[in-house]
Amino acid sequence: MEFDGYLIASQAFTGLGLGVIFVLLAVGLSLIFGLMGVTNFAHGSLYMLGAYFTFTLIGLTGNFWIALFGGAILVGVFGMATEAALLRPLYGRSSDDPLLLTFGLSLVMVEAVRLIWGKGGLELNTPAELTGAVDLGFIVFPQYRVFVIGLTAVALIALWLFLTRTNVGLIIRAGTRDPLMVRALGFNFNAMRTAVFGIGAALAGLAGALVGPLGGVYAEMGVNIIIESFVVVVVGGMGSLLGAVIAGLVIGEVVSFTTLYAPKFSHLAVFVVMAVVLIVRPSGLFGEPGMME
Amino acid sequence: MIRWLAVFAVFPFLIPYEGLAAQVLTYGLFALGFNIVYGYTGLLSFGHAAFWGLGAYGTGIALAKLGVQSLWIGLAAGMGAALVAGVIIGYLCLRRRGIYFAMLTLAFGQMIFFGAFHMSQWTGGDDGLRGIPRLPLELPGIAIALDTPLRLYYFIMAVVALMLLGLKRIMDSPFGAVVQAIRENPSRAEACGYDVRRVKLLAFTFSAFFAGVAGALEAIRLNFVPIDALYWTTSAQVVIMTLIGGAGTFFGPFVGAAAFLLLQDWLSLVMESWSLVIGLIFIAFVLFLPKGIWGTLLVWLGRRRAAEAPLKDHA
Repeated sequence: MEFDGYLIASQAFTGLGLGVIFVLLAVGLSLIFGLMGVTNFAHGSLYMLGAYFTFTLIGLTGNFWIALFGGAILVGVFGMATEAALLRPLYGRSSDDPLLLTFGLSLVMVEAVRLIWGKGGLELNTPAELTGAVDLGFIVFPQYRVFVIGLTAVALIALWLFLTRTNVGLIIRAGTRDPLMVRALGFNFNAMRTAVFGIGAALAGLAGALVGPLGGVYAEMGVNIIIESFVVVVVGGMGSLLGAVIAGLVIGEVVSFTTLYAPKFSHLAVFVVMAVVLIVRPSGLFGEPGMME
Repeated sequence: MIRWLAVFAVFPFLIPYEGLAAQVLTYGLFALGFNIVYGYTGLLSFGHAAFWGLGAYGTGIALAKLGVQSLWIGLAAGMGAALVAGVIIGYLCLRRRGIYFAMLTLAFGQMIFFGAFHMSQWTGGDDGLRGIPRLPLELPGIAIALDTPLRLYYFIMAVVALMLLGLKRIMDSPFGAVVQAIRENPSRAEACGYDVRRVKLLAFTFSAFFAGVAGALEAIRLNFVPIDALYWTTSAQVVIMTLIGGAGTFFGPFVGAAAFLLLQDWLSLVMESWSLVIGLIFIAFVLFLPKGIWGTLLVWLGRRRAAEAPLKDHA
């Protein structure tokens, strides 16, 4: 195959665009897992819900920006309600139970969305101000994709600042290290769990809303991506946010390049990467051995 | 055991049609196999579709593509495929525990799904594997055509009964006791000198084998293997069945498979979004009835027995 610098650069950028979506999902999954020990199987359904909420809000307000952020916030609120109502009774039971419950929830959500919005897929239009292409110097790239990458970066920096520079963030980080101690110090652990689940859900909702104009909006859109997000979390190391970011970007590139050079292999490649990482480093790239088992 | 076999024998006459009864048996066996890992060993696998699907494809490919002329060899091909995959996947996934294990099995299951999806010259790809012949059942001195639903049902029942006996032997053996000890307290089992990882791998392999036998029977029953047999939703289905029936009880998975399939059969007639109802029922079981139908029944019967014979219990 001829070496084509332009093609490789543009494929790498496409991979980055895909990777940031994985990152948004995996960071939320990892945060929820780290603090609560919950494997959120409904994360893909929250992602799907974000796209549907945004679709409906665009219809109501006619403004993409309000719909995008409003959709993400609504998914966050939905997540908080879910945590308080359904997950709270399960703390203290086997760590498999929240996984099973959120799995059941994802079944219900997919079916409920079909009932409410109909079975067919919906179309989300790219906002008018982002329909053009942008010249990045070395390649020309669709504006909207550049925007997705930029917005994810902003969201991640905001999350990082929140976790490292605020008191609440400090308590949350302490909670992922030693929940018992944080509770013993008198912090309201239930409220923390609800808040963290809400943040994770909102990030998933944002990811879904961002993907809407690129891949369409349909009830099953979360079914495959949840598995790939799990892979990202496992590769990065469960509970590690840095791991989730790096693994998300790596997996995005892997998918992008195998799609280009070996399309039949693209779905498999993700799992091969995971298998290799786990054989070499069983706790993932940035995971601590023995943690979260 | 005898009572259960009697139930199986009259089962096809109790429910709407024989095909559904046979489906309850194959899925019941699948759930039974899954239960070895989840209910008895305490490992939540989300990738058991791999073994069910490999059992089905192994048998299907042997009969439809390789032209194998014996039902037994066809079945053995499926069982063998599931067994080999069980050893390999089990070895890799058992490096981790808990949630990691669940995700690893899920990922390996998907890996096999995509592999089969792309190897369409063997598997039929997206269309599934069609044209699996239903060969006659060859026993010493006699060949029985499996041409009626009832004959097919009793053939499947005979194989399932054999598997049940085998499984009962396994779970009643010292090995079965060690497996459950590991579920209750892995560190303690290890301290007692058991090679926990090896026991887990053995349990996982047994589990894969039973799931593979179930899948092989399903391929014979349908004359067809849908690609969905390998998709992760099939893994999820067996989790639902086992949990609704009662994880960790011997017959719970069968009860769960029967409840799930009968409910699905009925719901899909009366409404389109039947999986919404199944999802809600499943959530209710996780929240309020984690022991499942059979498990709760056993606890309840046990309590009644204890109440009726208090002296004997305290003696």
